[in-house]
Amino acid sequence: MAIVTEAPKAGFRLSMLIYDTRYRSITIQIVVLLLFMAGAAWLVDNTVRNLQALGKDFNFSFLWNRAGYDINQRLVEYTNDSTHGRALLIGLLNTLLVAAMGCVTATIIGVFVGVLRLSKNWLVARLMTVYVEVFRNVPVLLWILIIYAIFTEVMPAPNAFRGEAATSSMVLFDSFAFTNRYAAAPEPLFSRSLGNIDIGIFLISIDLLAIIAAITGGILVNRAIKAHATRVQEATGVRPVTWWKSLLVLFGPLLVVLFALGFHLGYPELRGFNFVGGTLISNSLMALWLALSVYTGAFIAEAVRAGILAISHGQSEAAFALGLRPGRTMNLVILPQALRVIIPPLISQYLNLTKNSSLAIAVGYLDLRGTLGGITLNQTGRELECVLLMMLIYLALSLLISAAMNVYNNSVRLKER
Amino acid sequence: MSTANAQSAAFVRREMLAEQEPPLSERGVIKWMRENLFSGPLNTLLTILGLAAVFVVINLALPWLLHSVWNANSVAECRAIIAERYGEGAHGACWAVIRERWPQFLYGFYPSSLYWRPLVAFLLLFVALAPVLFAHLPRKMLWFSMAYPAVAFWMLWGGSIWVPVMVMAGFAIGWFAYRVLLPVSGAILASIAAVLAPVIWWLFLSGAVAGALQSVLPIAIQSVSSDKFGGFVLSITIGLCGIAFSLPMGIVLALGRRSDMLLVKALSVGFIEFIRGVPLITLLFTASLLLNYFLPPGSNFDIILRVIIMVTLFSAAYIAEVIRGGLAALPRGQYEAADALGLDYWRAQRLVIMPQALKISIPGIVSSFIGLFKDTTLVIFVGLLDPLKGITDAVRASIDWKGVYWEPYIFVGAIFFAICFSMSRYSMYLENKLKRDNR
Repeated sequence: MAIVTEAPKAGFRLSMLIYDTRYRSITIQIVVLLLFMAGAAWLVDNTVRNLQALGKDFNFSFLWNRAGYDINQRLVEYTNDSTHGRALLIGLLNTLLVAAMGCVTATIIGVFVGVLRLSKNWLVARLMTVYVEVFRNVPVLLWILIIYAIFTEVMPAPNAFRGEAATSSMVLFDSFAFTNRYAAAPEPLFSRSLGNIDIGIFLISIDLLAIIAAITGGILVNRAIKAHATRVQEATGVRPVTWWKSLLVLFGPLLVVLFALGFHLGYPELRGFNFVGGTLISNSLMALWLALSVYTGAFIAEAVRAGILAISHGQSEAAFALGLRPGRTMNLVILPQALRVIIPPLISQYLNLTKNSSLAIAVGYLDLRGTLGGITLNQTGRELECVLLMMLIYLALSLLISAAMNVYNNSVRLKER
Repeated sequence: MSTANAQSAAFVRREMLAEQEPPLSERGVIKWMRENLFSGPLNTLLTILGLAAVFVVINLALPWLLHSVWNANSVAECRAIIAERYGEGAHGACWAVIRERWPQFLYGFYPSSLYWRPLVAFLLLFVALAPVLFAHLPRKMLWFSMAYPAVAFWMLWGGSIWVPVMVMAGFAIGWFAYRVLLPVSGAILASIAAVLAPVIWWLFLSGAVAGALQSVLPIAIQSVSSDKFGGFVLSITIGLCGIAFSLPMGIVLALGRRSDMLLVKALSVGFIEFIRGVPLITLLFTASLLLNYFLPPGSNFDIILRVIIMVTLFSAAYIAEVIRGGLAALPRGQYEAADALGLDYWRAQRLVIMPQALKISIPGIVSSFIGLFKDTTLVIFVGLLDPLKGITDAVRASIDWKGVYWEPYIFVGAIFFAICFSMSRYSMYLENKLKRDNR
């Protein structure tokens, strides 16, 4: 019954390129490639001709020219004599600053609101629903503008803090002052400072490095103590008491380092019309940070709520049947499983927050979009270079964030065996 | 046994006792409050904090709202009226700014004698949307939905009626070419012709034909240029165009990303990841600043159209990812069953895969749409007058309304909230309606 079916011997015909499924995908891909290359060539050709017509060239040497504008809110040294490249760096650091601060607070807000929205407490659950719906359904630009308006319109001018009959007073033991231009906060000072290291682009404080080293060391040793306690527990069944060791290890080295460096706070003081001493945080940064936090927090709350709801009820019942208390049930059973559901949407919310930080221009906070894509672009007139470079940096930033978060996602992912 | 017991017992109750009311703490409002508000120390604390928050908000907002002024010509007059009515130092809302300037918030700088045109376009929008959104309406209404883009364009921008008619004629030509060539040359050549014919028509012929028809039969209304657009007319125009164009483009991108063809897949992945990696503002910047470089020298086209293209590309990348999720969620059996039935790729997608994948992705698609509509406020950064910042700044720029912050923001925010919230509610309705019990 063996029927030998041989491929028809007829030679290759041109129509087979379209009708034969063996060749069709290659044909389509070649056509797509040709179209894509034609399109790209057309764009490049247009760009070259347009640049020639305008008498411009395509180079990035302007990054080494003097910028000539001031940036109030900056993390590292910058004057208006610095280069455009350095202004770019300041902008990038400002973007990173507001994105990092926003991600932290948005996560805190989101987790609290997401959990409280599932609370049995009728009033709290309703309030959280109202918060989430109101903040999700209105453009983030509105929240930025409203919060900025609150800071600039409602807060008093610095001179309202002056004199005997001051109409405003500082809060928290005279350490914070909220004015209509900036918030003045205490700054950390070190009387026995170790100085700075110059790494070429900017200075890094050795004090800061020492503190970070103390904290990291504490955390690592604490982890070792925990692991040791677990080993003892598995061997003997009794878990040794570790909380005082942990406390000592976590805070002891930090306190020693702080004392050795002569740590103290420099309080802001009103001199003349302005506060001096302390850290002055511009209102634009505060408004942008708060607005991005509450807006993204509403989205994260929904992700957290969905994650917790995704865990079946049987899991918590099983944990209760084992005799675990509600707090431990949450920590040991529900959250580790819910995290797997929460993290992917959380990543995209972090990315959204970082990208939304480019709305800083609405309140005059000079981030990457404000320096490179704003003043530098207008001063040098190099739209093509500036916008392309800006896109490239944002793209790299997004890819870095999603890569970092994906590493974390893989570490909490369900490990199937 | 039981009779013996009954006789030996001294007393047996023969009738039921009347039911008693539950104790006071276990019924009515008190029970509800004990269970829902004060069930433990933590919950009591939360309730008290919640009440305190509500009290603070009401304490701030209520007097302000109660002292509203609706009739005034300037903010100074508003403040004078409030001080006169409620005493010195009282704060109040000055809604008079909305009352006087609401046309600007809705229409931007559209000529006031022509306000009826965006209004007609907006009302017709509901007629066009109805058969799309609600399946039980007559299917004949879809013909109007298809013609609606041309009607809306003509109503909004005005000018000769022949321009939108000729654009729509391009689609008719494409369809005609497909139907004529299909029996002659097969599906593939017919599809290519159906794409090429309208493109040739639009690029080379439609302008001339429209001009000729206009000279023979001049039907035109006053044309309005793009820089007159603003407010919610602008937001809704950009938002709707973005929504309408980004869904099909997102579907194509999602299919491209799941394609077996390496090159198609690579291009789709590259496009999607690039667009998702950059902020919308930079894309709008590209539209306003760089398109002059990328297009042939001397060509220049409408800024609103450029913004619509960029918003569409941006939203399409996000929708593609949502749909890709829906495609991945479908069991493999569905693909295999479609193959087993002998359906070709496009038929399998159209009849089996897409209806199910789209159903799964409805919540994600609608939240992308909501995001897109909210993002239309970003057009302020390329110089278009969005309702949120563009128009409120324009209103505040007049001496009369200098210093009015909260009222315009609340007004614009409330409209955005109403539109976005109803979109999310509609998506929940659709999800419920399409839910099958077997899944």
